[in-house]
Amino acid sequence: MSDPVSALGGAAFTGFADIKEIGPLGMITLRAKTDAAGLQSAINSCVGTGIPESRQILHNSVRSAAWMGPDEYLLILPYVETDAAIAAITRLMAGSHHLAVCVSDARAMFRIEGAKADQVLAKIAPVDLRALQEGEMRRTRAAQVAAALWREHDGISLVCFRSVAQYVFDILRVSARDGSEL
Amino acid sequence: MSTRLATGGRLIDRTTPQSFTFNGRSMRGYKGDTLAAALLANNQMLIGRSFKYHRPRGVVGSGVEEPNALVNLGTASRLEPNQRATTTELFDGLTAVSQNHWPSLDFDIGVLNNYAARMLPAGFYYKTFIHPRAFWKHVFEPIIRQSAGLGRAPTEVDADRYEQAYGFCDVLVAGGGIAGLQAALSAAKAGSSVILMEQAPNWGGRAPVDGDLIDGQSAEAWVAATVATLSAMPAVTLRLRTTVAGVYDHGYVLADERVADHTPGDGRPRQRLWRLRVGRIVAATGAIERPLAFAGNDIPGVMLASAVRDYVSNWAVSPGDRTVVVTNNDDAYRTALALKSAGLEVPVILDARATATGDLPMRARAAGIRVETGRAIASVKGGKRVTGVSICVQAGEGAVLEEIACDAVAMSGGWSPVVHLYSHCGGKVIWDETLAAFVPDTSRPPINHDGRALVTCTGAAAGVFDAGCAIAQATDVGAGVMPLPTEKHTSGIQPVWVMPQGAGIKLRSKMWLDYQNDVKVSDVQLAAREGYESVEHTKRYTTLGMATDQGKLSNITGLAVLANALNTTIPDVGTTTFRPPYTPVTLGALAGEARGEIFQPLRRTPMHDIHEKSGAYFEPVGLWRRPYCFPKAGESRVDAVTREVNNTRQTLGLLDASTLGKIVVKGPDAGSFLDMLYTGVMSTLPIGKCRYGLMCNEQGFLSDDGVVARLDADTWLCHTTSGGADRIHAWMEDWLQCEWWDWQVYTANLTEQYAQIAVVGPNARKLLQALGGMDVSRDALPFMGWADGTLAGFAVRVYRISFSGELSYEIAVAASHGAGFWQACFEAGKAYAAMPYGTEALHVMRAEKGFIMIGDETDGTVIPQDLGLAWAISKKKLDYLGKRGQERTHLASPDRWQLVGFETLDGSVIPDGAYVVADGSNANGQRKTQGRVTSTYRSPTLNRGIAMGLLHNGPNRLGEVVEFNTVTAGTVKAKVVDPVFVDKGGEKQNV
Amino acid sequence: MLTLTCPYCHILACETELAPGYEAHLKRYGPGSSDEDFEAYMFARKNPKGVHFERWRHAYGCGKWFLAARCTATLEVFGTYPAQVSAPPPDIIAKIKARRPNWEPGQ
Repeated sequence: MSDPVSALGGAAFTGFADIKEIGPLGMITLRAKTDAAGLQSAINSCVGTGIPESRQILHNSVRSAAWMGPDEYLLILPYVETDAAIAAITRLMAGSHHLAVCVSDARAMFRIEGAKADQVLAKIAPVDLRALQEGEMRRTRAAQVAAALWREHDGISLVCFRSVAQYVFDILRVSARDGSEL
Repeated sequence: MSTRLATGGRLIDRTTPQSFTFNGRSMRGYKGDTLAAALLANNQMLIGRSFKYHRPRGVVGSGVEEPNALVNLGTASRLEPNQRATTTELFDGLTAVSQNHWPSLDFDIGVLNNYAARMLPAGFYYKTFIHPRAFWKHVFEPIIRQSAGLGRAPTEVDADRYEQAYGFCDVLVAGGGIAGLQAALSAAKAGSSVILMEQAPNWGGRAPVDGDLIDGQSAEAWVAATVATLSAMPAVTLRLRTTVAGVYDHGYVLADERVADHTPGDGRPRQRLWRLRVGRIVAATGAIERPLAFAGNDIPGVMLASAVRDYVSNWAVSPGDRTVVVTNNDDAYRTALALKSAGLEVPVILDARATATGDLPMRARAAGIRVETGRAIASVKGGKRVTGVSICVQAGEGAVLEEIACDAVAMSGGWSPVVHLYSHCGGKVIWDETLAAFVPDTSRPPINHDGRALVTCTGAAAGVFDAGCAIAQATDVGAGVMPLPTEKHTSGIQPVWVMPQGAGIKLRSKMWLDYQNDVKVSDVQLAAREGYESVEHTKRYTTLGMATDQGKLSNITGLAVLANALNTTIPDVGTTTFRPPYTPVTLGALAGEARGEIFQPLRRTPMHDIHEKSGAYFEPVGLWRRPYCFPKAGESRVDAVTREVNNTRQTLGLLDASTLGKIVVKGPDAGSFLDMLYTGVMSTLPIGKCRYGLMCNEQGFLSDDGVVARLDADTWLCHTTSGGADRIHAWMEDWLQCEWWDWQVYTANLTEQYAQIAVVGPNARKLLQALGGMDVSRDALPFMGWADGTLAGFAVRVYRISFSGELSYEIAVAASHGAGFWQACFEAGKAYAAMPYGTEALHVMRAEKGFIMIGDETDGTVIPQDLGLAWAISKKKLDYLGKRGQERTHLASPDRWQLVGFETLDGSVIPDGAYVVADGSNANGQRKTQGRVTSTYRSPTLNRGIAMGLLHNGPNRLGEVVEFNTVTAGTVKAKVVDPVFVDKGGEKQNV
Repeated sequence: MLTLTCPYCHILACETELAPGYEAHLKRYGPGSSDEDFEAYMFARKNPKGVHFERWRHAYGCGKWFLAARCTATLEVFGTYPAQVSAPPPDIIAKIKARRPNWEPGQ
């Protein structure tokens, strides 16, 4: 089998902020109620964090766990680890109602970096970025498509569906063009 | 003549001259000029022609209210019509052309309308072009269209780009005059985050021109100091050149920032539309001066008094050497004083009031200016330029007492607070007798989601015209405190609108209310006589206030004339509704970034780039782009589809089926849930097997279909149509969250996780065997089975299902490996002449097999029973979504249009959308129908036209010949047949 | 362009992040129900001027349906609450009555 290919093969653009597609990354959608037996150990075993609370994203080096909804989590980890992680979840949550599926290939992820990174997002997402705290994930829309974003490493990470990766890259690029600072 | 004064001009930079052209003539101005100021400085008073009568028109105002001085700005890809010269900042190289005349501004054929004005009264078009009916479309409309519209529409693609941005704050202050600045300061000091927006390129509004004193400082100095203070506050954002255009529900605000209108081509976005969500709004939007209605008040050189002193004070431009001032209030005296101190002549101030004893009139008299009270303008002399005025008694009928030569007239009918933002979202206004103006009714503000007031006005917008009072009131409003009532400074206005009071029809026919649309006092009076008593009706009948300035100047005077004609009062007549935008917003800004490639999101499959390189012709399927066919060089699309069908049926075809919806459903109650969702039974599906399923809405109509696979004891994978994945996933979640919330079921939409490739044709199995890695034999993987494994080293899930009637496998592979696997298939498929095929070949092959397609055979009124799909509906289940709906008598009746196949007798293809005609006509004289075609193709396999369709009692009428209508060639005869045209026994797929 | 607070995310979401779902608290009538009951379930909508209960989905957020009590005339929002109830909860009713004293549930 060939190496996995991210949606845009690592496309990048530099304007008043730096835009780059990263990945492929491993991602798992884990659906379970917060109090489901084994949830805590399952998340901990996959990414080494606790259970994120409402709108929270917890990081542990390159691994993260994010709250996506009251019974949905997103685990982010190296691409090659997903099969083993899902097997671990299945084992640790056996008998406890849950759903764990790999969504690594269904997503594209971007990094928006630079001192004015917020301004790029302010043009496409109806989000008060002043209120977006480190450690918070905001699910919203980027122009016309669904997206989730959070602050990380002095920049913003944005995840969207793979099929619209080119669209999202293009709106980020247009929004970051030199001379269009807010 | 109008000219540049030797000194002064607070907004211009005389060290930076700028050249521009008007109608091809080179002119010069200064940085800081508006186009109107620069034109006046070059003695260009005549700037355009009016809409209906093509009368010569000049500058009236100095801001957004300007109705006359509209130009075509720029050229080619930067041409924009109807740009107000009064708000257009001058830049070096600006090109402007006047509008609405032919052949030239000075000599205009359309002015003939002017001499025929008596034949073109209000409602002329309505009255004249009604009969004969047929003439409208063929004679009147083409002529009217040719003469309609101001300016020229651009023909080239806009060279500029536009963008939008979201902003948030506790308090939005609209307007950067002294009240706005003070409100912003007060709000910020109270701890609020503040955005302050000003439409002009400079702060301060009118106060610096009017010479107000604030806290003992000049307004100019106070403004500079306050802006500096605000700039240093981190929670305050200041934006010039930004108009708060509209206020909407729950604090949503659109504001238009003109980023680079004055620096075209510098690489910045030309305009930016701000989409703000704000806690509350302070409207410090000022007031707009009103004209007076006197004969000849539209002749170039007649201007608002405030505009005249703006030009003198801001841009050192004198509109005329001798200016007559005419007024019904004290404020206009400022203009006389400003002109006088600039060394210009004011031969007389005509004051319609009986006395004028305020401070300003006394100062004017002290300055030696002649003041005549109780006087009015009987008429203005001149054609393309004012040459003089004749004076009469205001209380009389217009008998001329005296004629005075002048080249400009400064008029003031008092001030109207700009209450637009207060009104946009439902705030009410109330008539203030002492101000003779509509002011915000603070007891009925627009409200926010929490029930609190959304907009508060301050300063002149609230009817507070005195600088000191405005500052005090803005302090309270900014801090969110209900201000105490302030003392009113009324300028002693008397509600004089038409002069002279007893003017006859001849004079009234030359008194303009709406300059741009050529609505006169006589027109409004005519409308009233003809029974248009409602202001909303009068507006539409006369077009008063319907021009690009939306009645900013004409509204109140028009209301006053109407009220007078109806023998009632202005508050009884009421006002029309102020709607956003406050000033026009260019379409580019509303579109924002959404143009060209990013007009809308295009969804691409993992193999999209490969398809593009293969020369695929794409079609939209929802937001997806799917290859319709893969034409080779020189091949037509029809030929490509035929080749793709034949190749697939004869050897091997590959389809990118990645867009197919894939939703996983898991949990102890997943089986029961799917039994409710589908018409058939999914809970009994064995692990490793697939089953075709139908989903209906609660009305019983077929909504989606697809193959369901049982993955393990409590997990199913549901395939949906390509366009239906998101909708069906939402539908599932709706039932799980809102109706059966105690059921233990989780869903996840995995549509994009997998690339899916259909390998189809007699050689399909051989290809998979060549790829190697798993047993795909008939026994190991029978029809309607699935298996996990590897092919060519790729981890895959293989479904043995067929939508073509051929031996067929659908192979799911992780999307990140989709392109690699697609290429591996073609590499190995060379031996079998593998070709890709597109959606059209897919459709043709499914139609040849009589398989239905959601959206073709269904249209939201079709139940599965209509389509011969009763076999896929469980008779045993007590309930499923749509079951009760299908029990309704008209759906349960066998007497319905039902699915059959059609074969034309001559082998031709039935046109799309054709109906099966029946005998007789309906009540509307239309031919009765008894069925319609739903899918119609030329079958390459049978080399003839085939079709599926719905026919009244169709399945009972096999063998009958029916007739389809066509657009051009009468009817087409077709035989009713079984909808399965090819391989009725299903032998080809069962190998 | 309304804003509604998602009761799960506690975000004041913009209408463009939400999907509307029409009237809330409908009772489903399935097979065996009378024509009148089915008609009421399927078609008869209250469409009041004033207090109204609606379904909304935080479509560009957590994906959850929630219910909103708001005034169709003034667009005031009295409150939002999770969808897993068959009638408006007491705290929502109290919030409505605080601003609409004459309103009664079931109107």
